[in-house]
Amino acid sequence: MTPPPRMDPDALLQVEDLSVRFRSDTGVVSALNGVTLAVRPGETVALVGESGSGKSVTSLAIMRLTPSPPGCEVGGRVWLRGTDGRPVDLLALPGEAMRKVRGDRIAMIFQEPMTSLNPVLTIGEQIAEAIAVHRGTSRASAWNAAGELLELVGIPEPRARLATYPHHLSGGMRQRVMIAIALSCDPALLIADEPTTALDVTVQAQILDLLRRLQKRTGMAVIFITHNLGVVAEIADRVMVMYAGRIVEEAAMRTLFQAPRMPYTVKLMRSVPRLQIGGERVALEAIPGSVPDPTNLPPGCAFAPRCSHAMEGTCDVVGPDLEEVQPGHFVRCVRWRELAGGTAR
Amino acid sequence: MSTPDETIIEVADLRKWFRIGGGMFSRSGVDVKAVDGVSFSVRRGEILGLVGESGSGKTTVGRTLLRLTEPTDGTIRFRGQDITHLPKRAMRPIRRKLQLVFQDPFASLNPRMTVGRIVAAPLIVHEPRMGQAERAERVAEMLQMVGLLPGHAGRFPHEFSGGQRQRIGIARALMLRPDFLVADEPVSALDVSIQAQIVNLLLDLRARFSLAMLFISHDLAVVGHLCDKVAVMYLGRMVESAPTIELFANPRHPYTEALFSAVPDPDPEVRRSRIILSGDIPSPINPPSGCVFRTRCRYALPACAGDVPPLRNVAPNHQSACIRDDLALQPAM
Repeated sequence: MTPPPRMDPDALLQVEDLSVRFRSDTGVVSALNGVTLAVRPGETVALVGESGSGKSVTSLAIMRLTPSPPGCEVGGRVWLRGTDGRPVDLLALPGEAMRKVRGDRIAMIFQEPMTSLNPVLTIGEQIAEAIAVHRGTSRASAWNAAGELLELVGIPEPRARLATYPHHLSGGMRQRVMIAIALSCDPALLIADEPTTALDVTVQAQILDLLRRLQKRTGMAVIFITHNLGVVAEIADRVMVMYAGRIVEEAAMRTLFQAPRMPYTVKLMRSVPRLQIGGERVALEAIPGSVPDPTNLPPGCAFAPRCSHAMEGTCDVVGPDLEEVQPGHFVRCVRWRELAGGTAR
Repeated sequence: MSTPDETIIEVADLRKWFRIGGGMFSRSGVDVKAVDGVSFSVRRGEILGLVGESGSGKTTVGRTLLRLTEPTDGTIRFRGQDITHLPKRAMRPIRRKLQLVFQDPFASLNPRMTVGRIVAAPLIVHEPRMGQAERAERVAEMLQMVGLLPGHAGRFPHEFSGGQRQRIGIARALMLRPDFLVADEPVSALDVSIQAQIVNLLLDLRARFSLAMLFISHDLAVVGHLCDKVAVMYLGRMVESAPTIELFANPRHPYTEALFSAVPDPDPEVRRSRIILSGDIPSPINPPSGCVFRTRCRYALPACAGDVPPLRNVAPNHQSACIRDDLALQPAM
């Protein structure tokens, strides 16, 4: 297989022009449109967006976990650098080879630690299974490794916990078990889909801290999917803001918070209440309306109907391209130049 | 009829214990102390925030004070009247003054009813003699008040987004012009951009109707934005309570401090020193002796395992249930 012409030599994963379409009774739903992104080893890339923005579909398409055609069509390329350094297009891989990638090179954790564990198997069996399948080791040594993993993710009395069932554990502990399973084969990339959304804030802080420490130790890359801008500020190196199935802004984390260019990003940041003491209590700047219907996306910029800067005859007609504001900072807005002149704030 | 400073709801030493285990005729079994001695009051036009993690008992407080479950002990007063043990029939006229908005805007609306029927339901129950035309007019008026269109009355819940459904739930709750609203995590299931719309709507409606409100939430930033005062719960107990500004600037309970410090700030330049609590909230079946937070508290002393520390005044209107006075705790930001 020939490497892609534009593959970033540093990239571990490079997604090119990824699109996902679902066929439904009400028409074709374009869940994802031309998503392009690259992830380097050791880096944390956050995908941020509201429900329906396409962030989870992106991760499912990378893992090839979307339903099979004709119900769902996936287009584009997903290049993953193999252990030998050569890129492989995951979308072109035969099913058997893809199964070896999943859980081994790329692992995934989900939002619901309650439903992603098997309730009738012990924690130990579920972790050891992943190790035995991918490493081909004996049950005994897999069991041993499972104990070590539980210790690594900070579960007290790890060996004793191997014999317990998921319902014995709290939500935070179950998420730790999920992380242990994900890490069991030392993946190069971890996809974390809203892993802390269902958890309490104090437990969320524990899990974020754990992920950061594990990443430092293993050097894995992380794609972190979240709707929480606070979590983004906490863990991300780079951020992709998604809206209606497209990336609308991409930047280094600090740049994005300091100088957001896309009106959607600006509005999203202003609509989040902050922890603050006193001061003038002003109404939060809500974004009017709601996310567009994916079966019936507006013809121009998908955010135009909710955007206070939208220009009739332009924004509602032409879908803007991603333009480079400065190296590494991209925005999908036809007016970003004039808005950057001061009217955006 | 109403004075501006009137106390609408007053709860004293409220307890709700659930018996688990044991058979129907057995005396065995243990009590889960879901709510164990909670006191607060809410005045007209005031919003009290009730915060805490899952399992802290905040939802049970809301449901018990509305008499949706019977309290085990304590008193509930509504505008001065003791309603703790009021029989069903006598409770009925009071119920219309106490309303509830739910967390899940998908599960709390009947999918087979039109929005008009859902919003009119309280009128049909409590004002059965009202004519159809007047009812329709009241529904249209209320839909507009919550930011929907009168024409939406003929549609079904599935035609609406999460935020719009939450507006429908709020319209239903306000239909009878209640004095008091319990809002149980009303924005938790919504996207951030929509969350702000609903928070602003609640503030607007509070001002318009001088509503008193109990706002139950785990999101401290939203609570700080919306509420006049805040009570913090942990494992069925109130551990701290103060006016919002005072609580954020000067937390006095270590749990409140840890809760604040765990909230990720959407500003990468803000770097608070983070307190990461170890472990999980203990089981309410077998809570720790003494202070229930001591097992996760970094300031705990041997004395904390002794008696249950009572809430005591640490500043005007500010109560905390911590025996240590010598702590300099980190404010909310």
